[in-house]
Amino acid sequence: MTKIAIEFPGVKALSGVDFQVKTGAIHALIGANGAGKSTLMKILAGAYSHYTGSITIDGQQVEIRTPSAAKQLGIEIVYQEVDTALVPYLSVAENIMLDVMVNRMGKQQFVRWNEIHRSAQQTLNRMGVKIDTRELVQNLTLAQKQMVLIARALSEQARFLVLDEPTAPLSTTETQELFRLIKDLAYNNNVGVVFISHRLPEIFEICEDVTILRDGLVVTHQPVSEVRPLQVIELMLGHRFDETYPKTKVPIGEKIFEVKNLSTYDSAVGNASMYVRAGEIVGVAGLVGAGKTELSKAIFGALPQKQGEIYLKGRKITVRTPYHAVQQGLALVPEERRKEGVLVEEPVYINLSAASLSLFSSALGFLRGAAEHASARKVISDLGIKTPSDSQKVAYLSGGNQQKVAVGKWLVTEAEVYIFDEPTKGVDVGAKHEIFELIGKLVAAGKGVIYASCELAEIIGITDRTYVMYDHTIVKELVTAETNEAEILFYSTGGK
Amino acid sequence: MDAGALSKSDAQKQKFSNLAMNFLTKWGTIITIILLIGFFAISMPPFIKTSNLLTILRSISIVTVIATGITISLTVNGFDLSVGSVATFADSLVISAFVWYEFGLVPAILLALGGCLLVGLANSFLIVKLRIPDLLATLSMLFIIEGVAMTYTGGGSISEGMPRLDGTETFGRLDPFFKSIGSAPWIIVIMLVVVTVVHIFLNYTKHGRYLYVVGGNLEAARLSGIPVDRYRTLAYVLAALLAALGGVILGSRIGSAQINAGAGYLMPAVAAAYIGFSVGGAGRPNAIGTLMGAVLMGVLENGLVMMSVPYYSLNIVKGVVLAIALASTYFRKR
Ligand SMILES: Nc1ncnc2c1ncn2[C@@H]1O[C@H](COP(=O)(O)OP(=O)(O)OP(=O)(O)O)[C@@H](O)[C@H]1O
Ligand SMILES: [Mg+2]
Repeated sequence: MTKIAIEFPGVKALSGVDFQVKTGAIHALIGANGAGKSTLMKILAGAYSHYTGSITIDGQQVEIRTPSAAKQLGIEIVYQEVDTALVPYLSVAENIMLDVMVNRMGKQQFVRWNEIHRSAQQTLNRMGVKIDTRELVQNLTLAQKQMVLIARALSEQARFLVLDEPTAPLSTTETQELFRLIKDLAYNNNVGVVFISHRLPEIFEICEDVTILRDGLVVTHQPVSEVRPLQVIELMLGHRFDETYPKTKVPIGEKIFEVKNLSTYDSAVGNASMYVRAGEIVGVAGLVGAGKTELSKAIFGALPQKQGEIYLKGRKITVRTPYHAVQQGLALVPEERRKEGVLVEEPVYINLSAASLSLFSSALGFLRGAAEHASARKVISDLGIKTPSDSQKVAYLSGGNQQKVAVGKWLVTEAEVYIFDEPTKGVDVGAKHEIFELIGKLVAAGKGVIYASCELAEIIGITDRTYVMYDHTIVKELVTAETNEAEILFYSTGGK
Repeated sequence: MDAGALSKSDAQKQKFSNLAMNFLTKWGTIITIILLIGFFAISMPPFIKTSNLLTILRSISIVTVIATGITISLTVNGFDLSVGSVATFADSLVISAFVWYEFGLVPAILLALGGCLLVGLANSFLIVKLRIPDLLATLSMLFIIEGVAMTYTGGGSISEGMPRLDGTETFGRLDPFFKSIGSAPWIIVIMLVVVTVVHIFLNYTKHGRYLYVVGGNLEAARLSGIPVDRYRTLAYVLAALLAALGGVILGSRIGSAQINAGAGYLMPAVAAAYIGFSVGGAGRPNAIGTLMGAVLMGVLENGLVMMSVPYYSLNIVKGVVLAIALASTYFRKR
C-alpha cells in the first residue's frame, strides 16, 4: 500500500502511509489509540472507497474499493468492533459461514444446513474452541464472539489475514491457542498476517516485522528483533514513558463495602463474599469466563440476585437495579463498551454526562450546558481522548477512544465504590497509564475500587488485595504484595 | 504519479459534494418549504396573504400537537400507533362530558386528558412490563381504544341536542370558550406553546436527555443508572396526553364527537415527526423539526388545493414529497 491518505469530516485519519506485508510472515501494526491502524486495515479490506493512494499485490496494482473486491483478492479481516460484524440473532454456524453463504452459494438456492454446521464445527475444532454451533450469537460472551469472528475469517481461503486487536477480550490460554493457529497459517499455508494489538509482549512473541503509526503517519518500519519494547512505546506515543505501574501509596481505612454470600439465579455467580476498604484497590482475577463480569454485574444489580447481602459503609443496602446501585453510590464500568457502555449515535459530551446528569442540572431539572461541556472537556484532556471536539459522534472515534469514553463517564460521578470490568481493553499503553493514575486519584480520595481483569500483570501492578475466581466462585483471597502471577494463575486454573 | 494527482482533485470534488450533501440533509426541509412558498406565491398571489398563512397554521395545529407526542415516543426509540384512536377517544370524552353530563370547561377537559392518560399507562404496561414490541402493542391499543370510543358513545357520534342511544334527551351545551379553542388564534397559540414546551423539555432538561439516552442504547442507559422503565413509561404517557390534547382541540373544531374522527391524523403526524428528524442537523426526533414537517405538508396541501388539484389526487403529491423529504434525511454518500 503506497501513499494511502484518507479524511473524515474534521479528521485527517491517514496522511500518506506506506505499508508492506509479505506472505508467510506475521506483521505487527501498532500505534496509540486513534493513530489510524484500523482505518488503514479497513481500506485494505475495502470498507472505504474515498481514500487516495494505491495498493499493489505481487507487483500488480489492484483496485480495492469494496469488500467484495478485497475478498476476491484473498484479503480477510477480523474487525475490531466485534458487535458490529456479527448478527446477534443468528446462530454461531450461520455467523461463521456468513461470507460463504453470501459469496459462494452461486446458483445454489437452498441452504444445506448440515453442511453449514459441519464446516463451522470443523473451523471451530481447528481453533480448539468449544462453542455449540446452534447457539445464538447474542448469548455468547465477548471472548466467544471474538472466536466466532476469527472463525469466519478462517473459513475462507485467505492469502492475507488482518486481525484487528483479536486478543483484547481473550485470556492467556485462548491467546496461545490463537497464536498457534496464526503461526500455522503463516508458516505452513503461506498466509500474510497483519496483527494489531496493544499488548506489546504479544508483538514480540509472534511477529517478525513491525510498523508503527502515529497520528496517521508511519514512524518506523523494521524487524521486531531490532527494537526494544520501551523504544516501541516511546515511538508510538512520541514522548518518553515510564514503564512501571503508577501505584500511589494510600493509607487504607475502614471497610466501606461488603458483599456477603451473593448468588445469582443462573449460578453465574455462586456464593461470593468480598469486602473493600476505603482507599483500597481490590482485584478480581480469573480467566475469561470465570465469572468476573457476572460478579460485577450482580453487585451492581444488573443481574438478578438470588441471595446475598450488600453493605455500604456499614449500612445494608438493596440493589435491585443499576438505578438503585447508582443512587446508593456504586459505579460500574462495563466490559462490552459497544453494547453496554456508550451511545454510539450520540456525541462525546452526552456520553460523558449520561451517568451524572444530576450534577449538571438545576433543581428543576434544567441542564446547565456550559458546566456539562466544561466537564466533558476536562475528561477528554485527562484521558487524552482523541476527538476533534466534544460534539463528535462516538461512532466516529477509534476503538480505544470509545473505551476511554466508557471509562470517563464514570469518573465524573460521585460514587463511593467503583467497579471496573476490564477497563483497559483495547486502550494503548499511554492511556492505560492515565487510567491507572485516575484510579489512583479515586482511592486517594478515600473511595473503594473493585478492579476485575484477566491481565495478571495489571492485577499485580495496581491492586492491594485480590480475589481469584474460578468456575463462578471466589476461590482465594490474596494480598497482592505477597503473591505473584504464577500463584494467581495457579488458583485461577482451579488449583487448590 | 499522474494517477495520484488525479485522485487528489477527485478527493477535493468529493469533499465538496460531501459538504453540499450535508447542507442539504440539514436544511433540505426548510429549503423545500421556502421554495414551495415562493412557487405558490408567484403563481397565485393570494396564497401569500396573511389570512391564508393563518389558515395553513390552523390546519396543521392538530397534526402538529399529535405529532409532537409521537416525537416523544420516538425519542426512546419507541413508536406509538395508537395516537389516532386516542384522539378520537378524547374527542368522545370531552363532548360527552359537556353534552351528556353538563360538565364545566375544566372538568370536561380533565376527564378527556385523564382517560387518555390511562391509555398511555396501558401502552407502557404492554411495552415495558409485558415486553410486547412497541409497534404491536400500540397496534392492539389502536383497535381497543377505537372500539372503546365507539362503544362508549354508542356508535360513535355525539352532538349538542342529540339524544343518547337509549333515547334519553340531552340538554348539555358546549362551553363557549371550549368552542373557541378550535379556531384561530387559540388553536395556533396552543400548537406553538406545545412545540416550545416540548422542545425545552427535550433539549434543556435532564429528563429529556434521559429519554434520548434510553433511545440511544437501552442497555448502556440501564447500566448508567437511569431508571429506564420509568422513562419509557413517561414517553408513552406523554405521547397519549398530547394525542388527547389534539383530540380535545379536534372536538372543539368539529363541535361534536364523530366516528374515528382522530384516525386520519395518525399518518400525517408520523410523517411530520419523521421529516423533522433531519431539520437543523438534529439527526433525531425533535419538536421543532416536527413542526417544520407539519408546515411542509400544510403548505403543500393548501397550495395544491388553491391550484385546484382535485382532492382525490392530493395524496399522490403528498406521498411523493414525503419520500423526497425522507430521502434527503437518510440518503448519505459513502
Ligand atoms: N468514520 C469516521 N468518521 C470520522 N472519523 C473517523 C472515522 N473513522 C475513524 N476516524 C478517526 O480516524 C482516526 C483513526 O482511527 P482508527 O480507528 O484507525 O484508530 P486506531 O489506530 O485503530 O485506534 P485504536 O487503537 O483505538 O483502535 C481517529 O482519530 C478516529 O477518530
Ligand atoms: Mg482500531
